[in-house]
Amino acid sequence: MEVLVFLVPLALMLGLLGLVGFLWSLRNGQYDDLEGAGWRAIADDDPIRENPAP
Amino acid sequence: MQATRDFSHYVRNLGSGLSRIDLAVEGVSCAACMSKIERGLSALPDVTLARVNLTDRRVALEWKEGALDPAGFIDRLAELGYKAYPFEPVRAETMENEQASFLLRCLGVAAFGAMNVMMLSVPVWSGNVTDMIPEQRDFFHWLSALIALPAAAYSGQPFFRSAFRAMRARTTNMDVPISIGIVLALVMSVVETIHHAEHAYFDAALMLITFLVAGRYLDQSMRRRTRAVAGNLAALRAETATKFVGADEISEVPIAAVQAGDIVLLRPGERSTVDGSVIEGQSKIDQSLITGETLPVKAGPGTAVYAGTLNLSGALRVRVSAASEGTLLAEISRLLENAVQVRSRYVQLADRAARLYAPVVHAAAVLTMVGWVALGASWHDAIVTAIAVLIITCPCALGLAIPAVQTVVSGAMFRTSVLLNSGDAIERLAEVDRVVFDKTGTLTLPELDVANAASIPTDVFDLAGRLALASHHPVAAAVARAANAKMPLAGVEEVTGQGVHGFVDGLEVRLGRPSFCGADELADDILCRDPEASVVAFHHGETRHVFAVRQRLRPDAARAVAALQQCGIGVEILSGDREPAVRHAAQSLGIQEWRSGVTPSDKIARIEELKRHSFRVLMVGDGMNDAPALAAAHVSMSPVTATHLSQATADLVFLGDRLTPVVDAISFSRKALRLMRQNLWLAAGYNLLAVPLAIAGLATPLVAAAAMSGSSLLVILNALRAHRGVRELS
Repeated sequence: MEVLVFLVPLALMLGLLGLVGFLWSLRNGQYDDLEGAGWRAIADDDPIRENPAP
Repeated sequence: MQATRDFSHYVRNLGSGLSRIDLAVEGVSCAACMSKIERGLSALPDVTLARVNLTDRRVALEWKEGALDPAGFIDRLAELGYKAYPFEPVRAETMENEQASFLLRCLGVAAFGAMNVMMLSVPVWSGNVTDMIPEQRDFFHWLSALIALPAAAYSGQPFFRSAFRAMRARTTNMDVPISIGIVLALVMSVVETIHHAEHAYFDAALMLITFLVAGRYLDQSMRRRTRAVAGNLAALRAETATKFVGADEISEVPIAAVQAGDIVLLRPGERSTVDGSVIEGQSKIDQSLITGETLPVKAGPGTAVYAGTLNLSGALRVRVSAASEGTLLAEISRLLENAVQVRSRYVQLADRAARLYAPVVHAAAVLTMVGWVALGASWHDAIVTAIAVLIITCPCALGLAIPAVQTVVSGAMFRTSVLLNSGDAIERLAEVDRVVFDKTGTLTLPELDVANAASIPTDVFDLAGRLALASHHPVAAAVARAANAKMPLAGVEEVTGQGVHGFVDGLEVRLGRPSFCGADELADDILCRDPEASVVAFHHGETRHVFAVRQRLRPDAARAVAALQQCGIGVEILSGDREPAVRHAAQSLGIQEWRSGVTPSDKIARIEELKRHSFRVLMVGDGMNDAPALAAAHVSMSPVTATHLSQATADLVFLGDRLTPVVDAISFSRKALRLMRQNLWLAAGYNLLAVPLAIAGLATPLVAAAAMSGSSLLVILNALRAHRGVRELS
């Protein structure tokens, strides 16, 4: 059962990592436009910097 | 005088040499639009960011300070085929956004806590029946406490705050039993853990919070979406005022940038966007949006002008007054204040349920405790059982029963172009048994229309329409709109107060007063039959025609009124307009009960009278004079073209030219109320099954967790079933 000393903190760490990731994405504005984000994933390329429109 | 467009009011300085503006854009609906706009705008030099938000239909733009004029972006978007306008988030929307991200943070924390505590609880549950040693169990319980206490303290805030507010106001709402349940569950679990006991309820408390926060978030996000659409609509109205920035120098500025004391120019054919009084100029003005009266009135120095007033003939200089000046406006504000106070006493279904529910549950818990002590159990065991009763009855399903239905139904209403302004409007709308309509702008379309279009040859109509494009007069504008004219005629001159004239194929064409076109007889003929119409005459060589221009009823008004009457809902008209106009509308719609020439306070008096006869009144109106009546009624609706004041007061806003959304909204809300009640009964039924278990002392944490998620799921599934039913209705 000594393995708990190692496993429990590890499990908690992983959970916390997920939470921190979620809070970061929230602050980063990734939940601001849920509809657009879905479409952006299948857009051809990054339209903004790479190839300015003619 | 050519005015420049000045959008500097909307530009925000981000520091580090960057400026930012937010634009509301019409017609963005797909990924292709998104990349088209972003490419098109990024191609402009010095633009550092162009990002479309497809959910809110907005574009955020950042550029190097001073390099570009924001008006250029709007022109560029117009070239790409999108109508856009700068957008300033109103305070209510900013607050909703902050609330949404707060709820999402709470949800994240609660879900994290619930999952990790559950990870620790499952071994305890299985260990209890196998061979877990008490030290290990205690260790797991302490770990759970370590996670659950901070997580619950943070993510339970929405409930704790609301419960605290309710208790301070000496009332109770659904959040009071929820908060008591959560706090007791946590306290008892900690005490039990200290005493090395077998059962702790950390997982149940967190799971409860997770479910409830999820429900709140969904409910709130629907409301936020509605508000974003309403904000865009307001922005796209592009309300500007022509402000004097020098003695003779004018600039077109957004109304947000106009202050009291400024002087603005009101040209013929323009609708005023500000309140104020005339200081120079003579004209006729149309106050129909304010008073419901469709006949123009004379305006000269000293005449009060309100936002929504249409200037008909001459240019006016108007000094802007602070919002509450002016007799009509002050009177309306006073009436409005009183009416709003009365209505805030309405108690929502959820809170009524809570008022019934909380005492029953708390009494049951106390009785359980007393009963167990009387049967000889120890105080400790009796208290633990009593708290288990509170935990298992903690209104998880009850807390979801109403928000879940509200979310589904407001989504369905949104698709039939009805926007909800206030959350409890659905319940109030469902009870309606009397609908009071305003006439002007509500039963009729807000814009004038040609009434005798069928009797005029198409080629004449087209030519008249093109000629009419040269005039700013609203009656001429109605002809142009009805003819769908796009190409103005060349070389057309305007004769002030008479009309416009020019040449086509060597023949003179004229459009204007009947005397200007030599068509007095024709005009008199039309006016005899339809005294309410405005006439405009057309003359081309030997052909003479007269257009009768009037306010037209909404195309489906008669059908909507008939549908209401069929459901047993009484319909009546309360209008500030003159008798013949109101009688004509009432007759063509088959409405028996109508009143004309009604003042704002008369409107309230009539609604109070209906209330005394215990009618639940839905008021539908758009004018400023309707605002107090809208607030006084049980529930109220406005078309999106209504004045700001009315729209802000109304519980629901409907879009488009049709009146059917009013009927749809009522049938949706009736369905919704039925489902809310059903859900409340489901939740009550769950309690009837679960409470005896808890009273008997059989509610182990495992049972609590299963019962809670089971009942929540049941209620949510029932609400989703509503979604299907609701779609059939529309």
